[in-house]
Amino acid sequence: MSFWHVVGAIVWKDIRAELRTKDIFSSMFVFALLSVIVFNFAFELRVPAMKMVVPGIVWVAISFAGTLGLNRALVIEQDKGSLAGLLLAPVDRSAIYFGKLLGNLLFMFAVEIVILPLVMVFYNLSLLSADHLLVLLLGTYGFAAVGTVFAAIAVNTRAREVMLPILLFPVLLPVLIAGVKMTGALLDGEALSTLGNWLQIMAVYDIGFTVVAYLTFGYVMEE
Amino acid sequence: MSRTNGLLMSATIVCAGLMLAAAFGALVLAPNAVGLTPDETFAQRIIYFHVPSAWLSMLAFGITTIASIAYLVTARRFWDSVAVSSAEIGIVFTLAATASGSLWAKPAWNTWWTWDPRLTTYTIMFLLYVAYFMLRSALEDPARRARFAAVYGIFAFLSVPITFMSIRWWRTIHPILIDSKDFGLSRGMLPVFFLSLIAFTALYVILLIYRVRLERTREQVDALRERFGY
Repeated sequence: MSFWHVVGAIVWKDIRAELRTKDIFSSMFVFALLSVIVFNFAFELRVPAMKMVVPGIVWVAISFAGTLGLNRALVIEQDKGSLAGLLLAPVDRSAIYFGKLLGNLLFMFAVEIVILPLVMVFYNLSLLSADHLLVLLLGTYGFAAVGTVFAAIAVNTRAREVMLPILLFPVLLPVLIAGVKMTGALLDGEALSTLGNWLQIMAVYDIGFTVVAYLTFGYVMEE
Repeated sequence: MSRTNGLLMSATIVCAGLMLAAAFGALVLAPNAVGLTPDETFAQRIIYFHVPSAWLSMLAFGITTIASIAYLVTARRFWDSVAVSSAEIGIVFTLAATASGSLWAKPAWNTWWTWDPRLTTYTIMFLLYVAYFMLRSALEDPARRARFAAVYGIFAFLSVPITFMSIRWWRTIHPILIDSKDFGLSRGMLPVFFLSLIAFTALYVILLIYRVRLERTREQVDALRERFGY
């Protein structure tokens, strides 16, 4: 099997398992929705216009839900023993990385597709433009690229659910800052072309950490 | 062994002398800064402590990253010992630089803390290496701990410059604070400043040697304990 066949097989396996249990999607979605609602009450009385805090709400909700999903994806894999099965398979470790990465990415996109319209309804604004979606796509990719490696690390530690956010959030900060900044500027009516710096930083982050993850994932999965 | 011990002891004494000389230079020999209020003039002398501490923290985390890569390539326990020892020294000097910077900021900026890019990045860096140690403490198998910590160490160090860039663009509303940091040093200050840098770097090397030896000893004790079942 070629490299991308292996990647495809792993993604397909994750999708099929998810379609049967709906375990990851439901927990991510409910948590994202709860975050949006909790933030609504956390900010409402202090902020002149909710539009000002919506970028932060969107990105924090995505990060929280994403952390939950990454954890679930790997914990299920380990508890059912399928992680050991994956490692025994005669395939390249980086193919496992890209397979898990794409699976996590798909789940996060699925949650975003549902949560974005809700945010738009709750806060009466539009996030449905190509620019908004591009920013979300780049940010979510960066999140998943780093998160997949750290989830594989965290699942092997004591207190595995606690470890992932502690490891992930400080490394994730550039993506969060750039994401909040760009979503906010787009909501204020600026064009994406004026935000070149931020796009660059996200692109550098995405590409750079994909390379580092590709190079190091084999060491994480070594048994 | 006794010969290396003797060498290390002499190096330690030389380093202690350098540190004392640097402290004397910073407090007595260095000229006063001109054009500042009395409080600021006094606080300005913290630069001989603050900048070398900050430099040491960066150096220490840099060495941690290099040792982490070396561990992944060679799988020798020695490199893991270097990585963890250096990271520990780095955390201590991060705190030293933050505390001394805060003492200077009160008279100079009239606040203990501000969300300036450098300060924010530094805080994030501190949190990254706190996470590094939390990760280590959550893993029992030494080989796995070393491998995971090495991978995380590489990610952590690479994210620091990107974080700095992103925060610098983000917080452009405080240009005055950033600019006020870039004061030049007068001619009389430079020798003392470089003496401090050298003394602190020597201190780092000595601390690292002691700390790595301690780590190696700890590993041997653990191995012995396992062998005899204590």
